[in-house]
Amino acid sequence: MQLTRAGFLALLWLFVLAALRVVRSDLYAASGLRAAVPGFRRGGAKPARGSRAPRQLVVTHGALAGTRISLEGRPIMIGRADDSTLVLDDDYASTRHARLSMRGTDWYVEDLGSTNGTYLDRAKVTGPTRVPLGVPIRIGKTVIELRS
Amino acid sequence: MGQPTSDGAAPSSATSTNPGLSVPTRRGTELLLLAFAAFLVTLANVLVEANQSGELTRELIYYGAAYLALFGAAHVAVRLLAPYADPLILPCVALLNGIGLVMIHRIDLGQADRAIQLGQDMPTDAAPRQILWTAIALGLFIAVMVLVRDHRMLAKYGYTAGLVGLVALALPGLLPASLSEANGAKIWLKLGIFSIQPGEFAKILLLVFFAAFLVAKRDLFTHAGRRVLGVDLPRARDMAPLFAAWGLSVGVLVLEKDLGTSLLFFGIVLVMLYIATERAIWLVIGLTCFAVGCVVAYHLFTHVQTRVTIWLDPFVDFYGKGNQLILALFGMGTGGVFGAGLGAGRPELVPFANSDFIISSIAEEVGFVGLAAVLMLYVLLSMRGFRSALAVRDSFGKLLGGGLAFAVGFQVFVVVGGVTKLIPLTGLTAPFLSQGGSSLVANYALVALLLRISDAARRPSTLPKPRPQQAPIAEAHTVLVERPK
Repeated sequence: MQLTRAGFLALLWLFVLAALRVVRSDLYAASGLRAAVPGFRRGGAKPARGSRAPRQLVVTHGALAGTRISLEGRPIMIGRADDSTLVLDDDYASTRHARLSMRGTDWYVEDLGSTNGTYLDRAKVTGPTRVPLGVPIRIGKTVIELRS
Repeated sequence: MGQPTSDGAAPSSATSTNPGLSVPTRRGTELLLLAFAAFLVTLANVLVEANQSGELTRELIYYGAAYLALFGAAHVAVRLLAPYADPLILPCVALLNGIGLVMIHRIDLGQADRAIQLGQDMPTDAAPRQILWTAIALGLFIAVMVLVRDHRMLAKYGYTAGLVGLVALALPGLLPASLSEANGAKIWLKLGIFSIQPGEFAKILLLVFFAAFLVAKRDLFTHAGRRVLGVDLPRARDMAPLFAAWGLSVGVLVLEKDLGTSLLFFGIVLVMLYIATERAIWLVIGLTCFAVGCVVAYHLFTHVQTRVTIWLDPFVDFYGKGNQLILALFGMGTGGVFGAGLGAGRPELVPFANSDFIISSIAEEVGFVGLAAVLMLYVLLSMRGFRSALAVRDSFGKLLGGGLAFAVGFQVFVVVGGVTKLIPLTGLTAPFLSQGGSSLVANYALVALLLRISDAARRPSTLPKPRPQQAPIAEAHTVLVERPK
């Protein structure tokens, strides 16, 4: 009787702890410390480009401030369209506003014929322009930048 | 102070939205935890039967299998419809629901025993009905997953949802008491053989409305008005929606005599405003309104006065209105730290032991340690909801997810606070635990929406759709050709 009582409580807490373990593994996955989780991309496949290569895109101003998107080599679409990678909810942005794409090891920003334009630092983007690390890209009320 | 704009909070609220190419779907984890939950629920049922009747029947295995089959179906639905959904939400909900079912069954047994001892008529069992409701709720859960393929489509129905929700919330208050009143609260809609609480569904509909409304009109609420004592007050006209919500919740309190719904509704509005604007002044204004409302309600309505009197000292009216709360407190005291053991306590003595007071029933049988584990399940559920809201990419999803997660957490706080005499008792149900069909069905719909949002948050971003092929003539370069001579 006493044994079953204690046993049930122990199992109940075991469930909670198992759930917390899942939470912990997710925390590591989100902070980019993937090597810390065993069995997740074991060894190798590490970018050999050093720390100066852009690894993520960070929204620094605007409604989505704080959002991060990790860069994986695929192009990033920015605009109000639902299928954009970064969906802007901003009257000053166009449906398909700008695209960030990788050529070689560099990222290029390209304006897709937006109404209000895309600005790299202070300069208006007219053709594909290389984006250095930490330089703000302004789209409507949103400002994004690349970080390593 | 007083001007936290969206810029200031940038680094702290940072989250990764599409981690890695090979995002694990984690459906295996979910299935494993579900099996664990099924094992725990069967074990709880075995303990209840062993302590109550002293013999075990083979039916217990069937119950466990049926439980696993029900949630297995839900798991398959999630696997097919939302493969990247959060792996913890469904198992937590399943375990809470299972513990609730076992507890309701256990109180049925206790009440039947008591009826035999006192020579009364046998009360009807609540557990079979609740199992039926669980099946219906899981059906609706799957239906919501099928219908809402993308949570952003809900934003289009914002005003419709708001109108339907408002009608659902107000309807019981306006109908004659014979159609809507039970146990002192006018929150029911009696439809022949069964009755529902429309307020539970109104909660979700109004959440959808507020999320859609605030995303569209967010800028209005961040306009600074007059500056008083170094704090930017919002402009008076921007405060109208908050006052409307306040008036509505006072109306609910007056017409439906229901403290819980009124409190829950106002809390949700306030938190949604705060999440949308990130301005603490809204909380200050809202809480001031709340305090004024409390004082006014206390002086005007006797049912509020009764609740407060019982809260301050339940022993004032030992055999009358305070009796329920006193019995619950005694029950929890009997349970102590480790509880009396499943099936070994007397939780059935408390009136409404299986609905409003299920928390005290659980606390009596599994003690503080067990109740803490149950509360941890709620914490996990709410936390995963907030996490999904942080990680999802669109503002509507963020607001809706935050609101839904808050609604669950706040409701649990109000219920547990009421039962443990921390705040005045209200008539809310503990989500997933309490006996009651509407609450169960509505909360499963809520969880389906949370899973949908978490799926959108964890799903790796797909390649943009190829732009429609233009006619070749438009792409062809202009070439100068020499005019034939």
